[in-house]
Amino acid sequence: MEQNSPILYILLAILVTNLIRVLPMLLIKGPIRNTFLRSFLYYVPYVTLAVMTFPAIIETTLTPLAGVVALVVGLIAAWFGLGLFPVAIICCVIVYLIDTLLPML
Amino acid sequence: MGFFSGFFIRASAGEYGIYTLVAIHATYVELIAMCLVTNLRYMLMSAALSQKLAPATSRLHRLLMACCITDEIFGISINHKGCTPPAYTYSAALISTLFWAGGCATGIVAGGMLPTSIVAALSVALYGMFLAIIVPPARRDRNVLYALIASFLLSGICAVAPLVSQWSSGTRTILLTLLISSVVAWLRPLKNRESNGTE
Repeated sequence: MEQNSPILYILLAILVTNLIRVLPMLLIKGPIRNTFLRSFLYYVPYVTLAVMTFPAIIETTLTPLAGVVALVVGLIAAWFGLGLFPVAIICCVIVYLIDTLLPML
Repeated sequence: MGFFSGFFIRASAGEYGIYTLVAIHATYVELIAMCLVTNLRYMLMSAALSQKLAPATSRLHRLLMACCITDEIFGISINHKGCTPPAYTYSAALISTLFWAGGCATGIVAGGMLPTSIVAALSVALYGMFLAIIVPPARRDRNVLYALIASFLLSGICAVAPLVSQWSSGTRTILLTLLISSVVAWLRPLKNRESNGTE
């Protein structure tokens, strides 16, 4: 098989990934009336973001403890409505502190 | 090339998968299959976002907004109070895409200059943002809270369960989303008096 040029691969990847995103918008023209579908799409954002967050947050950090603490504190911060930016910053700082300080103990 | 690729694909995890395939000279079919699977969750996100747009939003705007969808852009777009205006998504997408593409190009050149502790700390920013998006609605809507608890539990279990943990995270994400959302939607459907665009 001859060498496939990377450019072609990339173009193909661009095409496919964008097509996937666009398809539902092409098919769904307006507000959906079916109760089940409406409910389903209502819960999808929360479920999908939650599934992506845990346990990934624990696996991303250098030490698992940092991930766990960041998760707990993040949950509390979010519960009290601190906002996107503050919660994100808090999580970053916690992880950095724990990851850096823990090995020194 | 890195800038161009990062600019137009914007799929983070999926993008990495693509590059590994290119590195081993996989066939075009394999590449397409990999793209489909890792990005399927964007299809669900697109569907969910379609309900969040004002009815008057033009077809062109809808398609362009869909192209902008990444985990982060979706997160903030769906979090917008009321209907999401196209400009909101576009501006967020433009800024993040420039950084994404720039980071892609820089990463290729620098090959990882930041110490790993900094990288790990910054990568948590994404999850912190997700938490800030999903938790407040759980306070308002008890059903969302149940959905979140179920999501965390099942996601954790699937990460360590015998067969399921072998699957890629993208596959697990979409399967769990389909499963949990369906069950919760079935057990706790939205009341009919709720109109579109309001929460």
